[in-house]
Amino acid sequence: MTSMATETSEATGVEPTAPRPTAASPKRSSRAELLRTYGSLLGIGVLALLLLVWAPGALSPFRLGNLAKYCCWALAAVGIGLAWGRGGMLVMGQGVFFGLGGYAMAMHMKLEAAGPGNVPDFMQLYGNGTMPAWWEPFRSGAFTLVAIVALPALVSFVLGYAILKRRVKGAYFAILTQALAVAFSTLLIATIKQTGGFNGLNNFSKFFGQNLYDPAVKKNLYLIVAGLLVLCLVIVWQLYRSRFGELLVATRDAEERIRFLGYDPANIKLVAFVVAAVMASIGGAMFVPIAGIISPSNVDATASIMLIAGVALGGRASLLGPAIGAIAVGYGQTTLSEQFPTQWTYFQGALFIVVLLFLPFGITSLLPKLKELVLRRRITAESVA
Amino acid sequence: MDALTTPFLTGTAIGAILLLAALGLTLTFGQMGVINMANGEFLMAGAYATYVTQQVISSTGFSIVVAIPVAFAVAGLLGLLLEISIIQWMYRRPLDTLLVTVGVSMVLQQLARDVFGPRGDPVRPPSWMRGSIDVFGYAWPHRQLFTIVLALAALGALGALLKRSSFGRQIRATVQNRDLAETMGVSTRNVDRLTFFLGSGLAGIGGVAIALISGTNPTLGTTYIIPAFLVVVAGGVGQLKGTVIAAWAVGVLTAYVTDWTSGSMAQVITFAIVVVFLQVRPQGLFTVRTRGLA
Repeated sequence: MTSMATETSEATGVEPTAPRPTAASPKRSSRAELLRTYGSLLGIGVLALLLLVWAPGALSPFRLGNLAKYCCWALAAVGIGLAWGRGGMLVMGQGVFFGLGGYAMAMHMKLEAAGPGNVPDFMQLYGNGTMPAWWEPFRSGAFTLVAIVALPALVSFVLGYAILKRRVKGAYFAILTQALAVAFSTLLIATIKQTGGFNGLNNFSKFFGQNLYDPAVKKNLYLIVAGLLVLCLVIVWQLYRSRFGELLVATRDAEERIRFLGYDPANIKLVAFVVAAVMASIGGAMFVPIAGIISPSNVDATASIMLIAGVALGGRASLLGPAIGAIAVGYGQTTLSEQFPTQWTYFQGALFIVVLLFLPFGITSLLPKLKELVLRRRITAESVA
Repeated sequence: MDALTTPFLTGTAIGAILLLAALGLTLTFGQMGVINMANGEFLMAGAYATYVTQQVISSTGFSIVVAIPVAFAVAGLLGLLLEISIIQWMYRRPLDTLLVTVGVSMVLQQLARDVFGPRGDPVRPPSWMRGSIDVFGYAWPHRQLFTIVLALAALGALGALLKRSSFGRQIRATVQNRDLAETMGVSTRNVDRLTFFLGSGLAGIGGVAIALISGTNPTLGTTYIIPAFLVVVAGGVGQLKGTVIAAWAVGVLTAYVTDWTSGSMAQVITFAIVVVFLQVRPQGLFTVRTRGLA
């Protein structure tokens, strides 16, 4: 960080009258403007090509299945990027919303596996074989799909409204969301007869009528989640360049000023919080058929922090950073925990420390700096010549 | 009678541990805006310090007396190390310190797992701590009473330090107005370091109490960190009385709800009550009044 700063000041110090790239000519600035607006769309396009065209052909079914899992985390990470990177709300409990979507989907698939009129197997195992009434609506696939979006939206709205309207922010907000994750996972573990407890829900056979063990179905599941990821990125891209995106960043940087301008910062943040929750929920819902399990360890505080790790690594405020970071952390976890099972925790801890200490805006923040460095060098070279 | 007094007494003991864990948090948060998620691991360090002391000194009674300063020093030095190596570079980004210390807590937990094994070890309480006293027909274990006495003693020492010593005055000045304190010649950097040492050390003393109640465990920090933070959130930062009342309230509340429902429901309900409480007092029970906009 410091070396970068001195280098740029040196570059300007050599040639103080060097024309700034944006001020050079209106034509050039409009092209830069265009690149700024659509450049990230180009990035999404490249990512879409990699995920949807290259990966299905190049990767083995096993690796593709892993990538599908990472994409689920990436979906949640894109939401965290919106809430934390742009909105300044450190959401440490996204596992809860991941879990709401995941458990909704898992309940439906459990009921589908049991067949109409039957009760999921674990309820006979742990309980007396009767099903709680709130399970019943999840027999319907349509209801489940609606619930995957509506449930987290409702929960995040109520919680966000209660917390944000009272101007609870910063660390308080972060701690409350993490406490929510802890409470949620403890509740799940305690309700073994209703939610499968510590083991969670697993042992599925069908996903909306499709046989889960069929390789073609698995591939389609991957394509669905990758497609959803690209879709969410496009939505977030549009949000970022809209008035709402401007307001969100302004709220993050100077909440009081936004309030003085006549906006209610709580409403702005609430929208970001709810959108982030819904994205996490969709990720969780797709996680269930792909991973074949959802358990408290997928949704607790540790899992939520894992999601944050990806976002921090990729770059919280950038568009593609959170998604790329989440995929990278997922990949790192799979490969490293296979080779060195105990050392993974050290890696994870060190990742947080190193990234936040030296690279607070993630790896994607290196890109513009690199570009600026190259640009400045070229400009000084031009003006010297 | 039993259903009313038992949770009250147990809850007060839980509150005492939460107080020891939360004092360090509220000190560092109030003064520097730093959220130390590794504070739970300082509890753990205190517990392991107690365990190791008992391995060295076989007399259980004497080893506990020695363990208290040892745990304070071990946890305090760990905190100091954390401040010097990482936190001091991040004072401008307080929210990021939260995540960095999450990383530190992961490393410390795994370290404890590698050094002491994943299972955890029992700590033998001295003979005078094994008995119980009769309170309205409930046999109240001495250990819980000891925990409360320990917390009150630590609280008294901290209160006296803050109120009477020149270092305490410097801390209070830094909390109220950092720039002005600096203008008056207070070295806020040194004050920050010492506060960090003190806060972490207090968590270490909390670790002694935990070790006596439930033994050591690499993950015992995670059990206490979130309730301790809820105490800080509900109590307000920068003042001791809010933390004391909130710790006691959260402890007793948890004990009563646990008695009525179950331990896991208690966590959910405590969380819900804290969120509802924040509707009434978003800044917690007590706050230091400032004229700042933040």
